[in-house]
Amino acid sequence: MAGAALPRRLNWLIAKAADIAEETDRVRTVVLDCPGWTGHLPGQHIDIRLTAEDGYQAQRSYSISAPDDGEQVVITVELVDGGEISPFLIEDLRVGDQIEIRGPIGGYFVWEPSRGGPLQLIGGGSGVAPLMAMLRARVRTGSDVPVRYLSSARSFDDLIYREELESISSGAEDVEVLHTLTRSQPPNWRGLAGRVDRVVLARNVWPAFTRPLCYVCGPTGFVETVATTLVALGHQPRRIKTERFGPSN
Amino acid sequence: MDNERHVDGNALAGVFHEVFGREMTRECGCCSQCGAASQLGAVWVYRAAGDVLRCPSCESVLMVIVPDASGMRVSFESMRWVHIRLSHSRD
Repeated sequence: MAGAALPRRLNWLIAKAADIAEETDRVRTVVLDCPGWTGHLPGQHIDIRLTAEDGYQAQRSYSISAPDDGEQVVITVELVDGGEISPFLIEDLRVGDQIEIRGPIGGYFVWEPSRGGPLQLIGGGSGVAPLMAMLRARVRTGSDVPVRYLSSARSFDDLIYREELESISSGAEDVEVLHTLTRSQPPNWRGLAGRVDRVVLARNVWPAFTRPLCYVCGPTGFVETVATTLVALGHQPRRIKTERFGPSN
Repeated sequence: MDNERHVDGNALAGVFHEVFGREMTRECGCCSQCGAASQLGAVWVYRAAGDVLRCPSCESVLMVIVPDASGMRVSFESMRWVHIRLSHSRD
């Protein structure tokens, strides 16, 4: 969308928490009502700014986890121990509270159905948030771009969006969803076990000759490993987009 | 250098917008130390009281952005150039 690239002012807006859903013990999804929101593309972010009583300000960037929907903006946030913003969002924010946000921002880690595919989404932990915006956009628009979604989580209880993903993949032939659990697996687990490595990628992502668009998001070490391995498997660096959010907890 | 603590330029999209007045994460910057050109969304970023941008190829410091009372101080260290496209093609 050319409009997203045009110069424009990026103003702070007042958003109100309209709904909060606990995804896991450490992850919650927050729906923000944001009057004046101008729309966004799947993969874009917002900045959130908090101001203390003494005037100290902190701001961090969060991926939007749902496609454009009027003046509502949805984020999925993971608790970062010792973080400046996420403990507030996870532990203190209540429905009706107001926070400052600005956006949409970012154009590098963006996918929309018109970009085609096949689409390979690979997320570690809460790195699935922007990937979910892409997948939901693909579903909402009725696009036929084939998608493979691979996520890595520590345990079954740490999987984010699990039920919605099951519903999406059972309702669409061209969407494959696969999870790997790195620390513990429940009895009768039918997904993968262990970390995402060369074997997992070689067996489960689109092969390089299909020239997929790959989006990889998660902790920095996870993203480095996945992106490097994809290149080693023959994927073109230009078709691998990465987003790193720092050390894993 | 520790390979886990950085994020990437996507996290600075809002800050880039303040510095350059527009969306910048798809634009390329060139490292004067190694010559690599990287999209700004892909450079390494160390966030603390300020933000340090490093070249993902050679880890040289490209830029340092430090907020102060009246705004921010932007140092261009090893950033030789930044290319800004006036119309975007898809990539």
